[in-house]
Order: sequence, then structure tokens, then C-alpha cells
Amino acid sequence: MSQAAVISHAAYAEHAEALGFWRKYVFSTDHKTIGKQYLGISLFMAIAGGFTAYAIRWQLAWPAAGIPGLGAITPHAYNSLVTMHGSIMVFWVAMPMLLGAFGNFCIPLMLGADDMAFPRLNMLSVWIFFTSALVLLASFVAPGGAAASGWTAYTPLSDTWTSAVWGQTMWLFAVALEFASFLIGGINFLTTAFTRRCAGMTLWRMPLLVWDEIAASVLFLLSVGPLVAGAVMLLMDRLLGTGFYDPSKGGDPLLWEHLFWFFGHPEVYVVALPGFGIMLEIMPVFARKPIFGYRTIIYSTIVAVGLSLIVWAHHMFVSGMDPRLATPFSVTTILISVPFAIIVFAMIATLWGGSLIFDTPMLFVIGGLASFIVGGVTGIFLGSAASDIYLHGTYFVVAHFHYTLFPVTFFGGYAGIYYWYPKMFGRMMDERLGKLHFWLTFVFFQATFIPLFLAGIGGTPRRVFMPSAYPSFASLQPLQVMATVATIGLIASQIPLVVNFFSSMFRGALAGRNPWRANTLEWTVDSPPPHGNFPDPPVARRWPYDYSVPGAASDWLPQVAETNPPAGIKVQRAS
Amino acid sequence: MLMSWLPQNVSTFGTDIDSTLRLIIFIVGPWFILAEGLILYFAIRYRKRPGKPAVHVRGETFRQAAWVLIPGVIVMLLDFSIDNASGRAWDEAKIESPAPALNVQVTAERFAWIFTYPGHTGAFDGKGTYWSMGKLYVPVNQVVRLNMRSMDVIHSFAVPNLRMRQDIVPGRTITAWFEATRPGNYGIQCTELCGFDHYKMQGTLVVLSADDFAKWRQKHWPSAPAIAINSDAEGANK
Ligand SMILES: [Cu+2]
Ligand SMILES: [Cu+2]
Repeated sequence: MSQAAVISHAAYAEHAEALGFWRKYVFSTDHKTIGKQYLGISLFMAIAGGFTAYAIRWQLAWPAAGIPGLGAITPHAYNSLVTMHGSIMVFWVAMPMLLGAFGNFCIPLMLGADDMAFPRLNMLSVWIFFTSALVLLASFVAPGGAAASGWTAYTPLSDTWTSAVWGQTMWLFAVALEFASFLIGGINFLTTAFTRRCAGMTLWRMPLLVWDEIAASVLFLLSVGPLVAGAVMLLMDRLLGTGFYDPSKGGDPLLWEHLFWFFGHPEVYVVALPGFGIMLEIMPVFARKPIFGYRTIIYSTIVAVGLSLIVWAHHMFVSGMDPRLATPFSVTTILISVPFAIIVFAMIATLWGGSLIFDTPMLFVIGGLASFIVGGVTGIFLGSAASDIYLHGTYFVVAHFHYTLFPVTFFGGYAGIYYWYPKMFGRMMDERLGKLHFWLTFVFFQATFIPLFLAGIGGTPRRVFMPSAYPSFASLQPLQVMATVATIGLIASQIPLVVNFFSSMFRGALAGRNPWRANTLEWTVDSPPPHGNFPDPPVARRWPYDYSVPGAASDWLPQVAETNPPAGIKVQRAS
Repeated sequence: MLMSWLPQNVSTFGTDIDSTLRLIIFIVGPWFILAEGLILYFAIRYRKRPGKPAVHVRGETFRQAAWVLIPGVIVMLLDFSIDNASGRAWDEAKIESPAPALNVQVTAERFAWIFTYPGHTGAFDGKGTYWSMGKLYVPVNQVVRLNMRSMDVIHSFAVPNLRMRQDIVPGRTITAWFEATRPGNYGIQCTELCGFDHYKMQGTLVVLSADDFAKWRQKHWPSAPAIAINSDAEGANK
């Protein structure tokens, strides 16, 4: 640790007690508080996103019945619900949960730093994010309703044709603010990872979660620029009468599709990589075994990041772009299966020969991995340009991306919550409620989206107010009803989490420093860690995954442990 | 099993799209079962038991990493075989465009499909054109070319039974083709969100036998230009 860092660390420790309520819990520059703020906002927005899911699904199953709690809705309101559901879940739930909450909370602790590189900038990022959420939620009551042209906001529907005149503009502002927040956050993550690592914390000793958070940040920084430019052009079209996307003024709607998907595809990985990072971090702890192929996983992640920048047109095979472009993009898309397959194989290999403990975090990791594989293999059907002609725009796509994003966001996010909750709040969550939460969530998740794969193979188009209005798909309506019943079950399954989350804050067993017997640095300090994190600057003496080292006194060796296992040990094979 | 959920295929290139789907199921299916099976098996086999510590394997040596790298290489080779089949089916459906026996103009307008049949000169405006709202009449076993345009926002012309889908972008004329292989009525849907009544933007593809098409033409579109339609069985296009 550098001299400056030591000084600022000391300064923090001195100030810790002097801070008043507002500076400590609201306008805090402490990365841990900021992480919890992101977590709180994302869980709150998940309630809004969940409500839109419920309303959408009810409408699709029983369009004549009127939605309990909302009443009958117009087709325009339905489009708003669909648009807001996608936007909320991706930008205001997945990103703040996986990047905002766990990135902020874990990166400095795991690297042995006292805080982020730019604590004030960090506070700015969470407040910009909070503002963006307010703007988005306010758009629900804007004249004309919330944005209704899909989370992809294809022009010219989102341009001159939308009836949500206010809602669409507010949506654009909210998204722009959200991007600004995560740009600032990403710069902070990167700078922290490269300048604030403690003594001995080489790049090749960084925990995989940190690797994945910085990979996601780099990818976000690389991909978001063109879309920010695109969004500004769209705002100018809407407000100043320019015609970037208007063919009657010489513009081109396909320009928006390119700019959107150049960002939109990498965005999935911006969310997926930290989700994977959480799973990769938790798995060795509960397998009591090193992660299998640490470097292989890192190299695969870098390859996936690179490839994800050259696949975007797989969303546009039938968009009207030159059809000769399809096959090159199809090849790169399908090739992405290779790095992800390797990461998945490495996770499965980590289970081999382990001593697996199925506490709630581990259940969510394994359930998330098992579910993500479904999303992975179904992606091949959409990556192939030929089969995408048939499946594009159907419920198959809906089921596919929910099988990729739900596992990383919710299974990954929940695993992270159950795992780091003791560190965040000093108390353990209840295991029995946790296991109940897992099994209900796991079963109802599958029951929601398996019927939608079948509806999609049957040809049912997505984003429709009433699938039963199509004579050719009327016979598939029972699938929609099944998915809706399961969705209601899935939402109800979150009750144990809410109860557990709040009651454990007061009634949970005291966690102590290291309840999971884990190796990374955050488990060497008090729970919750004090402002400034480490009373003495830590020194990392080994990589984070030394579990079950033969000859060691215990089955884990923290990164700060000095003891080396006896020289010349042979790696034994599982019997 | 999954394939049985597909609606009946009634187009020439649809056969190859379906076999691409079948090939992908055939290739990814075993990997899917293997991966899920191993997770389940390992979860049971290696659950924590007293006196059975975990092994310390880092997977960092090449020999160990090969357990995940070699399957990775196999995945890559299988990817290329998918690319190959998929690329050919794509070219057939979207790049090669056989000479049409019939040209129809498709006009997408919120929230309707209008199909215009050419007049005396083969043009879509002027004398002798015929237009139909929502119903596209075509002869069986003939290549039909669609000249598609949108009057407002992006729409997508989709006929699941033909395995056909094409977005229509305002400001461009986009061409597409198909050859239906079986008479009958098939649903047409717009599959790109185009506004509040998007779900009502539907139509019907009516595929008629050669005789029935001739009758339909006599009744509704007597001015059909000779050059635009060739209802001979041999079709002159293959
Ligand atoms: Cu994509
Ligand atoms: Cu439409």
C-alpha cells in the first residue's frame, strides 16, 4: 500500500465516529454504504419490475378479466408495461445489484483497500443513479403514460410516432443518467483495481469477482459511447426536429438499431460477468476446493468480452440490413459459446471431488448455473441466422433471455446477498427460510419459462396485447396460462426473502468475522467492517482459493496466511 | 419432441430451416444433458461427508486444464458444423432470389397489410392494379416475390408456416421471396412492435392450387399482365 493510501486510511479512521447520521447513512462516501444503497434501490426497483411482470402475465393469460390491482388496461398501457419491465429489470435491477451493490461492497474489501479510488465520485454515481430511478418512475404518471416502444426503443416508433410523448423523453433522460452513473462507477472500479490493491495483491491473486467486475466495467465503457451518442441524436430528433432516424429527412432507422445493439449485446455481458463472478467466488467456499482453472476462466472471460463487441447484428438478421452480413455475425455469435462453455465446464469441474456444503448461497449458485446452461444452449438457436428467421420475435426469444438474465441477476444476486449479508450487517440470515426461498424460486422459475419456449417454437409473437387474438396460436393459450400461474408463484416465492432480510437484521445469529471459513480479505475484518475497512493494511500472501490444501492445519488458508503447505505435496485424485 | 411444436412447414426453404433447427437440437442436446447430468451427479456424489475431505486440484496445469479445454475445442468444431448448415439455409432463404412467377407489393401501415398486384405494365401504380386488404393470394409451387415498404414505422412480415420473417423499414423497399408448397390458409403477423394496436396487425396467406388461382385471378384481377404470372405447372423458375 502506498504512503498516500496509508495516510488517507488513517484519516478515515479518525473521522469515522465524527460523522453525523446524514453523512454516515445517506450522503456517505463509504463504498460499503454506497454498495448497500445500490442494493436497496435495486431491490426496491425489483418490486416495481416484478409488479410489471405480474401485470403483463395476467393480461396475457386472461385478457378479458382485468388485472387485479390495476384494472383493465389499454393496448398502449400494455406496451408501456412491457417497455418498463425490460428497462427496469436490466438497468435498474440487474446493473445496480451486480455492479453497484456487489462491485462497490466487495472490490475495495477484496483488494485490501480502505475505499474506492474516488470516494466522492462514488457518492455522486449513486445519487445520479437514484435520480435516474426517480425520473423513470415518474414517467409512469406522465401525460400519455410511460415509454411504450420497447426497451430497445426502435425508431421511428420511439421518435415521431409514439403516443407517450412525455414518457419516451423521460425514459431517454433516465437511461442517459443511468449510463452516466455507471460510467462514473466503472471508472472508479477500474482505477481502484489498478491503484488500490494492498501489498502482495498481484493481478493474478485478485479474486474472480474483482476480475469480472472490471471486465464488465471495461466492456461497458467500450460499448456505451455509441449509444449515448445515439440517444442524444434521438433526443434531438424528438425535441429539436432533426432527422437522424427519419427517412423523410434523409435519416435511417437502422442506424439506431446498430447503435443500440452495439451496446445492447455487450450490456448482457456487463450484467452476466459480475453474476458469474459472484458464483465463481462462492462456489469454492462451499465446495472447500480451489476454483478449477482460475487463469483459464480469466482468459475465457477476456475472449468473451472481445467477442461480445463483434456480434451485435445477430439481433438484426432479419432487420433489413444487407443479408450478406448475417453469416459473419452468426459465426462470431455461435463462437461465443466456446469461452462460456469453458467457464461452465470449469465450474462443473470445481464441483468434482469437492466436499459440497449446500447452504443457501451454494444452492443459488448451483441452481443459477443449471438454469444459465438452458439460456446458453438456446442462444445457439438464435445465433444461427437461419433458425433465427423462424424464432426471432417470438416467445422463444423471451424465454431464452430470461434464462440468461434471471439466473445471473437473481440466482447470482441472491447467492451474493445470502453470502455477504453477514459481512454487510453482522448477522446471519436464516437458513431454513433461505432454503425455502431457493426451492420455491427455482421451481417456479422453470415453470414460468419452459411453457414460453414451447409457445415460441409454436410461433407466438412476443410483445402482443393478446396472444389469443391470433387464430393460429389460440391453441397455445394454455401455455400462457401456465406461465402466468407460475409467475405469480415466483413472485410469492420472494416473501421468505423479504421476511428473512429484515428479521435477520435484528434476530439473526451474530456472524463473527468469517462465518463461511472463506479465504478472501473481506473475511479478515469485523462484520460489518469499520469505516476504512482494515485497522492495519493487510498483506496478501497467496491466491484466494487455497482450500483443502494437503498438510495444512485447516481446510482453508486465508489470503493473509503465512503458512505454506509442506513442500513437494502431490495433488491427490478423488477416489 | 421439440420439433413437434412447430407449425407445419409449407415452403421450399422452410425444409432447410427446419433441418438447421433439428441439427442444433441434435448437437446441443447431448451437451445439455451431459452438463446438467454432471452437475446433478457431482452434487450428490461429492456432498460433504465425514472423513472425506475435498481434493486440492487447481486445474492450473495444462494437463488438468485439458479437461475443460478439450471439450471447449470440440464445442468449437461443432459450432462450425452449425455455421455451415445455417449459412446454407440462410443463403437459400435470404440471398439467392429465384426468378419470380408473381410480384406482389406489400405495404405495411399501422396496423394493416395491403397487398398490391401489378397492372398492365407490371408496375404497382397505374391501370389494372388490384389490391387486397389483409389477404395475400398466391399460387402453389410458384416463386412469389414481395416488394415490401412501410408507410410509417418498422414492421415485420412473418408467416410461421413459411418459416419466413422480414422486417420492413420505412424509407427502403425490401424484397423477399417464397414458394409455398401446399394450398391452404396461413396466418401472417407483424412481429415488430409498431404501436398500440400492433397485435391486430394480422393477415392471411391464401395459397391456391393452379386452377383455383386462375379462377381467383379471372374474378378479381383480370388485368393481370401476362409477364407477371406464369401459372404453368413447370413454373419456368427452377
Ligand atoms: Cu446479443
Ligand atoms: Cu406492425
